Formats: sequence, structure tokens, C-alpha cells
Amino acid sequence: MRYTAQDFKSNQEVRWCPGCGDHAVLAALTRALPEVSEQLNYDKERYVVVSGIGCSSRLPYYVNTYGFHSIHGRATAISTGIKVANPTLTVWQACGDGDALAIGGNHFIHAIRRNIDINIILFNNQIYGLTKGQYSPTSKLGAITKTSPYGTVEHPFSPGMLVLGARGTFFARSLDTELKLNQEIFIEAAKHDGTSVCEMLTNCVIFNDGAHAGFANKEEKEDRTITLRDGQKMIFGKNRNKGLMLAGRKLVVVEIGKNGITETDILTHHSDTVDSGIHSMLINMKYPDFPVALGVIRNVKDMTYDDNVRDQLLEVKSKSTIHNMDELLNSGSTWEVK
Amino acid sequence: MQHTVIDADDVVIRFCGDSGDGMQLIGTLFADASALYGNEISTFPDYPAEIRAPHGTISGVSGFQVHIGSVEINTPGDYCDVLVAMNPAALRANAKWAKPTATVILDIDSFDDAGIERAGFKTDNPLEELHIEDRTIVCAPITTLTKESLKESGLDNKAIVRSKNMFTLGMCFFMFNRSLDHTFSYIEKKFKKKPELIEPNKKVLFDGFNYASNVHAIANTYQVGPYKQEKGKYRNINGNQATAWGLIAAAEKSGLPLFCGSYPITPATAILEELAIHKSLNVKTLQAEDEIAGICTAIGAAYAGNFAVTSTSGPGLSLKSEALGLAMITELPLVIIDVQRSGPSTGIPTKTEQTDLNQALYGRNGECPICIIAAHSPSHCFDAAFTAGKLALEHMMPVILMSEGFIANGSEPWKIPAMADYPAIKPPFIESCEGHFNPYERDPESYVRKWAVPGKKGLEHRVGGLEKNPQGVISSDPENHARMVADRAEKVARVANYIPEQEIFGEKEGDVLVVGWGGTFGHLYTAVKALQAKGRKVSLAHFDFINPLPRNTEKVLSGFSKILVCELNSGHFVDYLRAKMPQFSYLQYNKVQGQPFIVSEIVDAVEAVL
Repeated sequence: MRYTAQDFKSNQEVRWCPGCGDHAVLAALTRALPEVSEQLNYDKERYVVVSGIGCSSRLPYYVNTYGFHSIHGRATAISTGIKVANPTLTVWQACGDGDALAIGGNHFIHAIRRNIDINIILFNNQIYGLTKGQYSPTSKLGAITKTSPYGTVEHPFSPGMLVLGARGTFFARSLDTELKLNQEIFIEAAKHDGTSVCEMLTNCVIFNDGAHAGFANKEEKEDRTITLRDGQKMIFGKNRNKGLMLAGRKLVVVEIGKNGITETDILTHHSDTVDSGIHSMLINMKYPDFPVALGVIRNVKDMTYDDNVRDQLLEVKSKSTIHNMDELLNSGSTWEVK
Repeated sequence: MQHTVIDADDVVIRFCGDSGDGMQLIGTLFADASALYGNEISTFPDYPAEIRAPHGTISGVSGFQVHIGSVEINTPGDYCDVLVAMNPAALRANAKWAKPTATVILDIDSFDDAGIERAGFKTDNPLEELHIEDRTIVCAPITTLTKESLKESGLDNKAIVRSKNMFTLGMCFFMFNRSLDHTFSYIEKKFKKKPELIEPNKKVLFDGFNYASNVHAIANTYQVGPYKQEKGKYRNINGNQATAWGLIAAAEKSGLPLFCGSYPITPATAILEELAIHKSLNVKTLQAEDEIAGICTAIGAAYAGNFAVTSTSGPGLSLKSEALGLAMITELPLVIIDVQRSGPSTGIPTKTEQTDLNQALYGRNGECPICIIAAHSPSHCFDAAFTAGKLALEHMMPVILMSEGFIANGSEPWKIPAMADYPAIKPPFIESCEGHFNPYERDPESYVRKWAVPGKKGLEHRVGGLEKNPQGVISSDPENHARMVADRAEKVARVANYIPEQEIFGEKEGDVLVVGWGGTFGHLYTAVKALQAKGRKVSLAHFDFINPLPRNTEKVLSGFSKILVCELNSGHFVDYLRAKMPQFSYLQYNKVQGQPFIVSEIVDAVEAVL
């Protein structure tokens, strides 16, 4: 390989709190990028890492590429401009749940709708960390935080459902600690043409410690999550004996070997199914009734905005009779004064 | 009836009717035909925000004023010689603009009891009620005659009635002895895909012309000869179109693609629309999801190496403020066009004002001075946009270009420039460097930093909203912050070394210096010329460069006993001058009515201080 993880690490001191989940996501990214460069034949100087404001948005300083640390909520709009202006660049974006889904919610859904070829890493720790512990749009109903001392009285967003609602073409979800899986996800996201949203369930050790612990802790993780891989059966559990089936229009958890159920009865994951029905059911699975779905849940092909812009430009250029400013100035209705 | 041909140097004609009556169209066609004939022209669309306000009401009245002349014309005129009113509401809203000698053309069919009442008249005699009964009133049954003209056209009744504007235009063409050819060819082009509409439209225009000619209903016709313009090729242009073209010209001269991220907003939308047409000239337009995305996509595009612009009006500039600070601290080239309208908040969206200057100067958090230039006429928008682009790209900074609804929608003949006469634009690109690239290292003269476009090997660096040291590393060091704040301000200040000196119209010394900026130029210039003709020692300094001010500003202001600053706001520029040059005392004349100045009020204001 031409690059190593070391090539993508900057000389800046990483200033996240010890134990913060963001460290692991950064590690997965810097490990994934050499592999991405290899597979897609990218040079390091074509990467631009963009962020908004928040703890996770410090990420561009820690990656040795071009970088833009912008303002709260606007990373997606900045990324959009970079990609449309120069489609040969590869844009990665780091943003938090408050940044992307509250103040930047509008840009987030519209980038997905346009299917701009950018890769969004959504660090979801369900809390505002940098402002020291206020509830976010993904905080659970009833969450007690500094601005909700008696508990929140509002439903959280489901980032995955938001992506589907905006006609998203790529959605993956993972835990900060899943170093290997996250590298895989980032490589798939890089290969995907269009907006790739990678939701990373991160742990904020200071203000929301254990937010995902119900299913994410080491001991129970295998029983309480399911890692989806394309073309593979939806099987999970420590003993690999649990699986997902369709009962009518609903998903159910079944045990292989019980009630005559065999592995062939278990659903197979197809991330490229255009119909979002199963994908939305997978996204909606919640612990304790279901395992929480991890991995690349949706990865479908569609036209991208940046390709369409480029194609339209070429088409208009080939048909136009006006090729420079002087021709434009002299076009249409003019008259001569002699 | 006695028929008089009036030989005039200049004539003002005002078309008004319901917002669906097609007044903007016939006003434009009349202006174009006059320009082709060789007149000097200036136009002023004066329309409501509602697309189709309730029929026949004052709130739905749409107007279009054209000033034509055989002499130099700099404003669309204050009071009109000919007033065309398609209904009682239009008459009621516009009668005050009719000169005592004016001819008033009415579609008398619309002056029934219901129409008169809907317009809010208290009696059944609108002319008396408005005290205009002594004007030359032409009561033409325009609707009836249009129906008669088109009864065999095959068009439905609605389409026929809609053609009454063309009948009216035909009448006006007779009044001004204008050829119908230009409008005929417009009709042929416009209805190329609906050929069944070509003949009826031509017929009704022709019939209107003949009606006016045959019935001798019109007492006064006008002879306005061609203006002795400088030789060359001309076209009509409005301010928004000129702005868009100036930006494309700057892109061409810099060799960069143009990226425009914008959100539709009155009265700036036409800039985005115009840019969207010209993809063949390397223009990308992105209609953003909101104003903030408009500027942020543009900032992203600037970082990626495009010539980036965003267009908006006052409310949009408010929404863009935070991002404007980002563009300033990241020192990226960006042009922000503010086509000002009446405020605050939504205000009167279609009416003109200069009330955003304070916002442009000061409307950001932190110490954030920004280069500001202003366009002063519809065609000057081209040069102003070009200059804004040149300054932004060569000085690596956001530049705000101030326009106004008045000049954005107004049009005038424009001698077509040659791009060979415009300077090259040379952004400070860097291709490679030895060792670590320091993004905020500055040129010692201009204080400009280098532009390292992503994709270049070895120049990887990070920019952002956090304060950094010259090496590009985040720093909250007090000394560093003080230095960076001062350096960024100095960079803007040093733009003064790269812009022309301030001109004075008239003598360099005298009794009163009239000071203005932006779209009031035509009115101020006309007023000052009139005063000078009367022997008054009055001159005009009209500022295109607001921040920084031209380097000879102090000298310009020092030659006069009195300085009178005239603006369509409560005194933004005068306050700015007071802060920058407190050694002078300033008088001010202000108007905040959503309307342009009237030449006579400026003349009076100057006379009052003489």
C-alpha cells in the first residue's frame, strides 16, 4: 500500500477527553483511508475533511489532509460547495448529533436528498458535549440533562429514518468501539457514489456515559446487536443461534433449531434493495425487543448531484452558441450608433 | 380637436394597472423600442409584492416608468408627462405623479361604479376627487376595443381581455411616433411555440396604434429625437443582469469556474436566474436550501478553488452574517451581493432603500471589517461586480457588493464593453512550497495570504473559524489574537492602495459638496447639474468604494464649506464618515419611504443649506 495510517495522522495533539469514543472513530478512519486510497487509486492530497462545531468536529485537525473546521451546523453545506466546485476532491465530514441534526438539520436532509458524493460521519453521543451536557435531538425521551433537569419531553430523531425520509442511498451504523467494522464501513462509504451517512454511536464519558451501554457493553453486545453484512444471513448472538425472520409484515427474532427453524429460514441482508421497507425495519430495531442493527444497512445506486451538474454543464456547453463573455455581451438585441 | 406635436428633450411615461395587467411588459417594450430608436432611456419598475393582489385594489397596482430623451438621462424621472392608468385604483395610486401638463390615458371601461368604489373613491368622479380634471384626459374604451379587435381571433375571452395592454402600447407608440417593428419581432420570437398567438397580438397592437391615430382623441403627441450617443454598439441592461454578467466576466478574467450558491429572494433573485442560464461560460449555480447554505456552499467552493459568489437581499444578509465572519477569518475569496430593499424584517420587499449599509459595515460578531463596494446605476453593476470579484480573488477576502432594488430592476442603454479593455485577475495561488505550508503568512505589501487549493501535493493545511497563528495552528494566545485581528483589518484597509481615487463632479472647491453612494447617483447627479447650471457652487462626490474609502477622501471633503450627505436611509453613510473623519461637520438629507429620491427635493435640500 502506498500509505499507512501514520500518513493520515497529523502532528496535532488530540484533545478529546480520555476514554471518549471519538478516539476510536478517528483511529478507524486513519486506518481505513490507506485502504480506500489503494482501492480507488486516490492520492492523499485529494482528501478534504470538513466539520462543523462540537467535540467531534475537531477531527479535521487530527487528520493530515486538507481540512475545513467550519461553523456550527454548516459542515454539510460547506462540503456540498467543495464537492460541486471540484468533484475530483474526496470529501469526508465529521459532525455531531447536535451539529448535523439540530442547527444543521436542514443542510443534512438536503445534501442527502441531492445525493451529493460526500461521506458523512455522524458522531451520535446523544448529548451536547462541548457546551457541557445539554440534551440533543437524539437524546432519549425523558433524558435528564442540564437543560432538562426533569427529563426531556420530546421524542428523539432516528438518524437512519431521517436518511431514508430524505431518499438516502447509504446508511451505516456502528459503535465507536467496533474498530474493524468501522474500517469496513468507511471503505464502503468511500466507494459509494452519493451521500454516505455513517452513524457512529459514540460514548461521552463525561456528560452521557453509558448512553449506549444497554446493548454496547462487551458482555452482552453479541446478543443485543446484529452486524449486517451484504448477502449474509441475519444471524447474531454469542452462539450464533439467533436470527431475524419476517412474520407477516414484521420482523421477529427467532432461535435457530427451535420450532423447526433452520438457517435457511433466516433473512439474508441486501443493502442494495431499492425499496426501503426492510431497511427501515432494521433501522428501527431497538433493544431490548430486538438487536440493534450495525453495519451497512442501505447502499443503493442512484444518480448523484455532482455528476448531474457536470453532465449538464457539458451538454449546455456543447449546444451553446455563446462561448465567451464578448459573445454574451454582443448577443440578443443590440443596436449600432454611428 | 386641436392636435399639437410637442418637441421635447425628454418625456416621462408611466404605465400603471393591476399587477396582472402586463404593465411591466409594455413598459419594457416601450423602453426597448425607444432605445432602438436612439433615445436615452432610464426605467423604473414600481410593483407590489403580491403576484396577483385583489383585482382593482390599490394594493395590487403595478407601475412601470420610462424616461426617454434626446439629452442625457440619469433617472427614470420624477413626474410624468404621460400617465396610462388601466383602472381607477391605478389612477388613484399614481395621479400624484402626473405633471400639471400631463396627458392621462384611461381605460374608461374599467371606470364603472364597482371599479371606482373598489379603488376607494368617495365620489363617482375620480378626476375631480384627485384634482386632475384640468389635465388632458383621454378616455378610451380600451377593453371594448380590444374585444372588438380580437373577436374573430379564435382566442377565448380571458386571453382577449388580457391583450388590452398591447392595445394600449399601440396607442402610446402612436403618441411617440414609434415604429411597431421591434415589438412585432418580439411577439414573433415570444410566441414561436404558440404561433396562433402571433397574429392576434400583432393585430391588437396595430389596432391600438390606428385607433389613436384615427379618432383624434389624443391632443398631444411627442417628438423626442435621438440622443447623440458616443459611437458604438449598444444594448439595454438592467442592474441584476449586469451584476450577473460582471461576475461571469470576473470569472473569465481569472480563468476560474464561477460558483453561485443562492436562495431566491426579492429583489435579488434575477441574478441567480441569469447565472443559471450561462452554464456554457463555466457557471455552476446551486439553489440552496436556505440563505445560510447559499453562502456556506459558496465558501466551500471558494476553498475548493472556484470564484464563489452568493446573492441576496437584506434579510438574507442577516442570515449569512455568521458565515460571512467565517469567510473573513478563513480569508477566502467570496462576493456577497446585497440587493437592498425596504426593511426591517420583510419590510416592503419590492421597494428600494439603502438601509443595509450599517448591516454590511457592522453586522457581524467579533472584529470583522469587510470590504464593501456599491453599484451606482444599472449598467455600472457590471463594473462593480467585476471589481468586487477582482478584489475578492486578488486579496483573498469576502467583498460585499451593495446594489438596490431601484438599479437592480431599472434598465438603461449601455455601450457594450470589450473584455480586452478589462484587466486580468490574478489570484495569489501557490503551487508548492518547501517544508510546511503556513496558510496565514502574508504578503508584506498587501497583507494577502496564499491560496492553496486542495488537490495540490504538499500543501495540506486546515482552515476554520477558530483563531489560528500564521502557521495555521489553533491558538488562543492573547498576543497572537491581537496580531491576527490587526492584520486582518490592515489587509482590508490596504485595499485603498489598489482602488481609484474618489472623483468629484464639478469644481474641487465650493459651497456645498453633495455626498452620496449607490443607486441614488442618477438623482444626485441630475440635481447637482441643475444647481451648477443655476450658478451654484455645488459639486458631487458619489462613493463607489465604501470600505475602505478612497485614499483621497479627506482631501475631497476638505474643499467645501458644507457637506450634505444624501441617502435613502436615516444616515448610515454620514455616521460612518463622522466616525472615520470627525474633523468635518456633516449635514444630511434622508428619505426612508421605499422610494427613490426626487430630483427637485435634492435641489431644494441643497438650496436650503446654501
